[in-house]
Amino acid sequence: MTADDANRRQFLIGAAGLAGGMITVLPVTEARATPQTMQAAIKKVVGSAALRKGKVTLRLPPLVENGNSVAMDVAVESQMTADDYVRAIHVFNEKNPQPNVVSVRLGPPAGQAKLSTRVRLADSQRILAIAEMNDGSFWSDEVDVIVTIAACLEDPV
Amino acid sequence: MARTLINVPPKAKKGEVIAIKTLISHEMETGYRHDNVGKPIPRDIITQFVCTYNGLEIFRADLFPAIAANPFISFFTVATASGTIEFKWTGDNGFSQTETANITVE
Repeated sequence: MTADDANRRQFLIGAAGLAGGMITVLPVTEARATPQTMQAAIKKVVGSAALRKGKVTLRLPPLVENGNSVAMDVAVESQMTADDYVRAIHVFNEKNPQPNVVSVRLGPPAGQAKLSTRVRLADSQRILAIAEMNDGSFWSDEVDVIVTIAACLEDPV
Repeated sequence: MARTLINVPPKAKKGEVIAIKTLISHEMETGYRHDNVGKPIPRDIITQFVCTYNGLEIFRADLFPAIAANPFISFFTVATASGTIEFKWTGDNGFSQTETANITVE
């Protein structure tokens, strides 16, 4: 190894370090929902009732290339009869600027408690869906998603 | 008037569970973006969607900025009687739009 080579190597390591440093200096300073604000938003819906896992199936692609439009499905196991139905479905996220994603109200006329929509995801994060049943119980499902191109950060056209 | 795309089966058997799909063209400006001089762009989203079937509310959704542009919503209902299904979107800056679809139940 010549001295030149060594210098070049050191320069490259330095440059890489600098680039890395720049990236860590840049993070977005805007307000963001945090797991805490998500918990607060959930608390508002659930109140003091217990939130149990099950009955709900939340479907999102595990790896999202573009966070601007992500297909999301929520299905809840229920007969949707007059005495056993889903009253509402709520979806929350951890890292978008706001913790709420969507809240829907439905009832026995739905026949099937299933919802599909498209959402924006600002970052890799955990998404939580909550179903509120007519007996006052709450059920949930959560999914972790990895987002490669985040929504909300691009410049408008 | 925003363009909409509504998919309701024109015919269904009584008691059948049918899928309803709706899409409306709308920016869904989040209110968290800035323009090229750094001025924040005010929020302009659809905040609510309501679907009624022969006057009875069957589905209602509260939308947040986390809903992608051109909101697509798909849900289900039981075909009970022939009639009209009405869709209403309301939002910021006085946005309001109503569309209807007809269904024949046999």
